[in-house]
Amino acid sequence: MRFSYLFVLAVALVACASASPQTVKYDNVGRTATPEEIQARDITILPSGKGLPPGKGTAKEGASIYTTRCAYCHGETGKEGGPLAPKLVGDTTYERGPMTSWPFATSVWDYINRAMPRYQEGTLTPDQVYAVTAFLLYRSKIIKENGVMDAKSVTELQMPNRNGWVPSRLEDIPDLKKRGGRNGQYPGPDPTAAH
Amino acid sequence: MNPKQSERRRFLKGGAALAGLAAGAIAIPSASGQSLQDAITQAAAQTYEGTPGPAPGQQFDPIYGVRSRYETSGRIGGIGAFHHGPNGEFSRRFLGALTPIQDVMGIITPAALHYYDSHGYIPPDIDPTQHRLLIHGMVDRPMIFTLEELKRLPAITRTHFIECNANGATSGYGSESEATPQITHGLTSCSIWTGVQLSRVLDMVGVKKGASWILAESAEGTRFSKGIPMEKAMDDCLLAYGQNGEAVRPEQGYPLRLISPGYEGIYNVKWLSRLELADSPAITERELYYNTTVEQGRYADNKSRWFRFEMGANSVITRPAGGQRLESHGFCEVTGLAWSGAGAIRRVEVSTDNGRTWKDAELQGPVLPKAHTRFGFAWNWGGEEAVLMSRSTDERGQVQPSLVELGKIWDVDANYLRTHMVGHANAIRPWKVTANGSVYNAI
Repeated sequence: MRFSYLFVLAVALVACASASPQTVKYDNVGRTATPEEIQARDITILPSGKGLPPGKGTAKEGASIYTTRCAYCHGETGKEGGPLAPKLVGDTTYERGPMTSWPFATSVWDYINRAMPRYQEGTLTPDQVYAVTAFLLYRSKIIKENGVMDAKSVTELQMPNRNGWVPSRLEDIPDLKKRGGRNGQYPGPDPTAAH
Repeated sequence: MNPKQSERRRFLKGGAALAGLAAGAIAIPSASGQSLQDAITQAAAQTYEGTPGPAPGQQFDPIYGVRSRYETSGRIGGIGAFHHGPNGEFSRRFLGALTPIQDVMGIITPAALHYYDSHGYIPPDIDPTQHRLLIHGMVDRPMIFTLEELKRLPAITRTHFIECNANGATSGYGSESEATPQITHGLTSCSIWTGVQLSRVLDMVGVKKGASWILAESAEGTRFSKGIPMEKAMDDCLLAYGQNGEAVRPEQGYPLRLISPGYEGIYNVKWLSRLELADSPAITERELYYNTTVEQGRYADNKSRWFRFEMGANSVITRPAGGQRLESHGFCEVTGLAWSGAGAIRRVEVSTDNGRTWKDAELQGPVLPKAHTRFGFAWNWGGEEAVLMSRSTDERGQVQPSLVELGKIWDVDANYLRTHMVGHANAIRPWKVTANGSVYNAI
């Protein structure tokens, strides 16, 4: 009798011990972030265009902003680059520059807004970021001088090197096996090539 | 009581009082900490009758400690992109530094010698009491954590290497005969990281269905950011505040760093301040550099291979190795480090005859997954020329490739790899021992 009582108790204790890790509540650790707090810090722009704010700009407007805010490091026309910064407007070689090699214009907008100008990050307005984006795309012969960049056109713009990335389909990126992963090497083939 | 004992007692008593002061003075280390240091240094420097004091030039720091002045191993500057030099001059060099891997003992890299490569950015000066981690996006409850709150959660401690995808360079400086292990493999370091499992914190915020990526963002000026697939985040990622028993170093991400075990160094985001869950990678600027394009063979399609994630099976002999010299004939243990982003190292073989024959080396332990593993191989050098190599096998059965085998994976020849950077260059490294004992890189 006593034995079976102890046995039941032991089983119950074991059950408790194994169940407890899932049931621990971390009371008063962390707090809910308010929508304002999130908005103040959420600067991510996805390739789908999610995150792009209202606003617009053209290459013409971007030219003067480029001259005053960007040329110091990136060079007068953007083709030069400098000791501190890469060239932005380039040819089609490996050093072709972001506009002709990056697959999405959303990345251009994201990076200017996120990180430029260096040491004055976050000081460009959305309109100014659209304008500088338009200027660089125009100088790289991807859009026309009077082309307007806004949330819709930045998202829909077909970049010349969109398919220059392996794998090119974003859904295929996480699956290393499908990508022929071997010993830390992922040469391909591009699983997207068939699409 | 003789004068010596009385001195000692006074010193210990003073020390106890000062220790009390220190405990109360944690919030103002600059003022009280300094005087505490002065007091103890002064007390410790007191000479006792008949005993010598500190040697001239000897450094002694009883508060934090300094290594012997006879130990001079240090990091050396890396090469690469863009940053401000120490005097404000523009430079094309990375603000980065290579670990003296040949001097590291055992498997742990001292935090002060851990490689860093900040791609041009000076470590931000972050007050830990002001630092916040925001987790939002595709979650049930977006949350903000202080560092203190993260430290209140159950902690775990894991030993992991962090390796730059440029480590093991077979081209550039890595191909020169004078190259040392620090030059060829100084972009990997191994630490004991303490922190919170990312999966635990993700459980707290509640991951929404369809969330497949986490964008990890840094608090430094350019908001460095990198995406991590959700599967990896739920597997073994860590939010680390501790490194080798103390706070993560500023150049390693103080006060909080994302550790993505086995992945390229760039996925271990420093100064971590924001995690955003999404159904897509963000394709940020940092995801568009440092990818591999080859110009030879069937992959010469002018396309960039991106998101290469996991580092392969690798190893390097750290002694005898390039830049060193065997001073005498006789016994000389061949020692080195092996590691793999896929898991634990299962086997290391060593060749002393340029890869013609291989023998098992001893794994000296501890053997931990995704961590540096020390190996040793008994060798007697009789003054002959020799080419030393090590070859690792990991728990997935991946065998470290030779330069030729690495070339086969990319469909390029070995000379291509001696002149072009492919990243993840985990090729077997040959060190040539000459008859006079000098050792050279023979890649």
